[in-house]
Amino acid sequence: MKAFTYERARSPAEAAAGAARNPGATFIAGGTNLLDLMKLQIETPTHLIDVNGLALDRIEATPDGGLRIGALVRNTDLAAHERVRRDYGVLSRALLAGASGQLRNKATTAGNLLQRTRCPYFYDTNMPCNKRQPGSGCSAIGGVTRQHAVVGSSEACIATHPSDMAVAMRALDAVVETVKADGMTRRIPIAEFHRLPGDTPHIETSLDRGEFITAVTLPPPLGGRQFYRKVRDRASYAFALVSVAAIVQRDGTGRVALGGVAHKPWRVEAAETDLPRGAKAAMAEILQGARPTHDNAFKLPLAERTLASVLAEARG
Amino acid sequence: MKFETPATNNPIDQLKIVGQPVDRIDGPRKTTGTAPYAYERHDVARNQAYGYVLGAGIAKGRVTAMDTAAAKAAPGVLAVVTTLDMPRLEKGQLNTASLFGGPDIQHYHQAIAVVVAESFEQARDATAMIRVSYARAPGRFDLAAEAPKAQLATGDSGEGSGAPHEDRTGDFEGAFAQAPVKLDATYTTPDESHAMMEPHASIAAWEGEKLTVWTSSQMIAWGKRDLAKTLGIPTESVRLDSPFIGGGFGGKLFLRADAVLAALGARAARRPVKLALTRPLVANNTTHRPATIQHIRIGAGRDGRITAIAHESLSGDLEGGGPETAVAQTKLLYAGANRLTAMRLAILDLPEGNAMRAPGEAPGLMALEIAMDEMAEKLEIDPIEFRIINDTQVDPEHPERPFSQRQLIQCLRQGAERFGWNRRNATPGQRREGRWLVGMGVAAGFRNNLVMKSGARVRLDAGGRVTVETDMTDIGTGSYTIIAQTAAEMMGVPLDKVTVRLGDSSFPVSAGSGGQWGGNSSTAGVYAACVKLREAVAQRLAFNSVEAEFVDGQVRAGNRSAPLGQAAGADGLVAEDTIEYGELATRYQQSTFAGHFVEVGVNAATGETRVRRMLAVCAAGRILNPKSARSQVIGAMTMGVGAALMEELAVDKRHGFFVNHDLAGYEVPVHADIPHQEVIFLDEMDPVSSPMKAKGVGELGICGVGAAVSNAIYNATGVRVRGYPITLDKLLDRLPQVT
Repeated sequence: MKAFTYERARSPAEAAAGAARNPGATFIAGGTNLLDLMKLQIETPTHLIDVNGLALDRIEATPDGGLRIGALVRNTDLAAHERVRRDYGVLSRALLAGASGQLRNKATTAGNLLQRTRCPYFYDTNMPCNKRQPGSGCSAIGGVTRQHAVVGSSEACIATHPSDMAVAMRALDAVVETVKADGMTRRIPIAEFHRLPGDTPHIETSLDRGEFITAVTLPPPLGGRQFYRKVRDRASYAFALVSVAAIVQRDGTGRVALGGVAHKPWRVEAAETDLPRGAKAAMAEILQGARPTHDNAFKLPLAERTLASVLAEARG
Repeated sequence: MKFETPATNNPIDQLKIVGQPVDRIDGPRKTTGTAPYAYERHDVARNQAYGYVLGAGIAKGRVTAMDTAAAKAAPGVLAVVTTLDMPRLEKGQLNTASLFGGPDIQHYHQAIAVVVAESFEQARDATAMIRVSYARAPGRFDLAAEAPKAQLATGDSGEGSGAPHEDRTGDFEGAFAQAPVKLDATYTTPDESHAMMEPHASIAAWEGEKLTVWTSSQMIAWGKRDLAKTLGIPTESVRLDSPFIGGGFGGKLFLRADAVLAALGARAARRPVKLALTRPLVANNTTHRPATIQHIRIGAGRDGRITAIAHESLSGDLEGGGPETAVAQTKLLYAGANRLTAMRLAILDLPEGNAMRAPGEAPGLMALEIAMDEMAEKLEIDPIEFRIINDTQVDPEHPERPFSQRQLIQCLRQGAERFGWNRRNATPGQRREGRWLVGMGVAAGFRNNLVMKSGARVRLDAGGRVTVETDMTDIGTGSYTIIAQTAAEMMGVPLDKVTVRLGDSSFPVSAGSGGQWGGNSSTAGVYAACVKLREAVAQRLAFNSVEAEFVDGQVRAGNRSAPLGQAAGADGLVAEDTIEYGELATRYQQSTFAGHFVEVGVNAATGETRVRRMLAVCAAGRILNPKSARSQVIGAMTMGVGAALMEELAVDKRHGFFVNHDLAGYEVPVHADIPHQEVIFLDEMDPVSSPMKAKGVGELGICGVGAAVSNAIYNATGVRVRGYPITLDKLLDRLPQVT
């Protein structure tokens, strides 16, 4: 860990302005991911802006019947919230499928969106990694890639986004609310929030320098039966090989987002019209253009089978 | 005391305290955080500085230069010691790779520097400032690719399993060719990491030429000897102390870089230095269980009798290392007149392979016990009956050697009844519960019993308190408790009148903790010392030592009685002895046996396997403490599930290292993976083993579990997977369609 300076932010706008002024600054909230990365010198901020004191830890109804989730709402509280459990079951289930009770007590809503990949080559600083050191190369390509992306990857990076929460939010069409250094706010649809790696895998979101997440809003409830099916090698405390967030209506229509397959939560809206025809047709379209490796080619049939079992459960 | 003839009646047989399920005597300290582990020995030396170890970033080649200027100038830094500062250090007797010194790199994350600073954070930060230049050399990292170059190799795990490079009995090839039913299959097991909770950690302090290291070691005497050898100082100059250990599983049998670099750092900084290996270094700097490729052939008559059995194993290690002795159990477990075992060793440039819980048997049975399941199916015989048909009460290669005790059949029969084996459908893929395909599997468990020389010192004070000192270690197994039980039983005092002090090299040399020999051997050493103390007490009190009874803190003979403490006098009374063994181990084959039963559910859509329940029925001599023994066995069963379903050090065959080198990437079972476990110990005493009539259980508990899981998966799905771990991707394309 490099030495760093530290301040407590007093307002979201001030946090954003402070971060924009100082190129070495990073926000810290729960710290469940950032502190590990700092210890390994994968992240080397020279200045930490602690945002925990900001009053962004509330969950409120929005006028249109949706929900506004403060950026600092802890994962545990969000998963347990009455409205979330009743109206956004996919989100509650996704949260509870992630990490451990202890981590969920610390981890925040915004921090969960911003967590970084668990690619082991990203974590080993002896290995080249375009995400860690732009231009150094990707050592995952050709290496051990069981956990890696099968779709939307590039020659520069085949890492996945590890979040479960974000996959559910993608299915729900959540919107990320931010404030910028100049005090302007904006609303970023979650579909546009995370980026594909392209040739700049170190740029992971559409946030500008210093731009600070204040909340995530959920549109009015969609009803239907809501599923979050996370497939993994052990029963708990493991990252998804594949996860399926699904909202299925009585008539068989619905929405599907996948985790564990791409650099961002993966959803292809156009494929959802095929959902009533079953998993095979829909998944073929969702994973169109997939370029799996030898190690992770199984994710394609796995995703299809997992969706099929979710759809079967929805029918039953 | 020399143990040369089978034990007869002795005070342990009273079983007032030994054999009882007493709580761990160190339990309150463990649960309240007052049992200090190596890194927490804040009070043992003043002014402790912090060390941080840098591991090599290449797997093979040479360090050409190290720029330490920035590190040396960094805040708080007291000393930087690099591998270029000294020639390659002499290896410990039990090390394959050198632990430090010189430019040559033998494996990834080999230690190449230690930085000592005032704080841990300063040491870590400064370590990252060291710039290292390498000359890379090509390495051999792919076991299968090196197979053609592998040579026959004799091996001994040093832990009770060994085999000549090639061993033949009868005419295997002829008998196999003629067998009406045969199996010829190849199985693979991956590299595995011990993944114990407490990493390797040491605090080192010099006083002149004398070195004290507070560390985490399973084998104090080995560590002391090899640390002295590595540093080039007299053995007498080294003291090791390791009273509490947060798990080892074989990973702390041998001297490792933590102790060496703490000592070198302390010498350079002229301060006591503490350091721990980081998780990545635990995986790539220390030892691991090597991967194997195992070829098994079994031929049998239609009556189910095995006529030919061959087990050949290939594994890899660094130059100078040895093979994983995965064929050893096949020499002893089943009958059959025509036999072949062979081991081949490929030279690999991966980190050093070495012992991990039940080396040899654990991976060997993962293969052999699937093969037995496959043969039973070919023969259309129940897999339990098939094993029973081929039971042997003598060493099949040397029929003149009987097993001292062998209750494998009883383990299997009792387990079958308890587990409800008759509810298993012999046709796979038939039982479905909702989204789950459900199946049952069985495997035999087998692990040799080793007896090791073990010493102890016992002191009696005027208050009647008994203090035991031995360099035996408690790696979470319960050594403190069973040693206290032994001394209490022998001296006729309650458990709370016994103090046990372990893990200090100034105490008598014990068996240490390895090869499941620790419990039986170390208590036998305490028994021997207590026999001596009883004689001394009787003599002081003028009792006939043969007649004297030690009961309730009193010594009695005839109608005379005296308080035990009276014999101690003001100065106390001390006795020391070492148990040593004669020829019984050559005349008898001593082994431990188990029947492992597993029920799994396999998700019909995703192929995820989840264990539903497990049972182990164990025959392992006298159980000294059923509570701590059960704890050992359920822990081992859990490790067996890990090996079956998820554990694998993934090799990057280009760069030559274990990629998933932390506990997020190297998955071991969590609570949610282990819903229900049951352990039954058969009533058994083995007087051939020791005066305790006990044997080991800590490794028996893992032996066979992986295959039982695998066989249950087959029974659930009809999919036979011969490569571990059995992850869902290996099942997926052969599972039923999702409807």
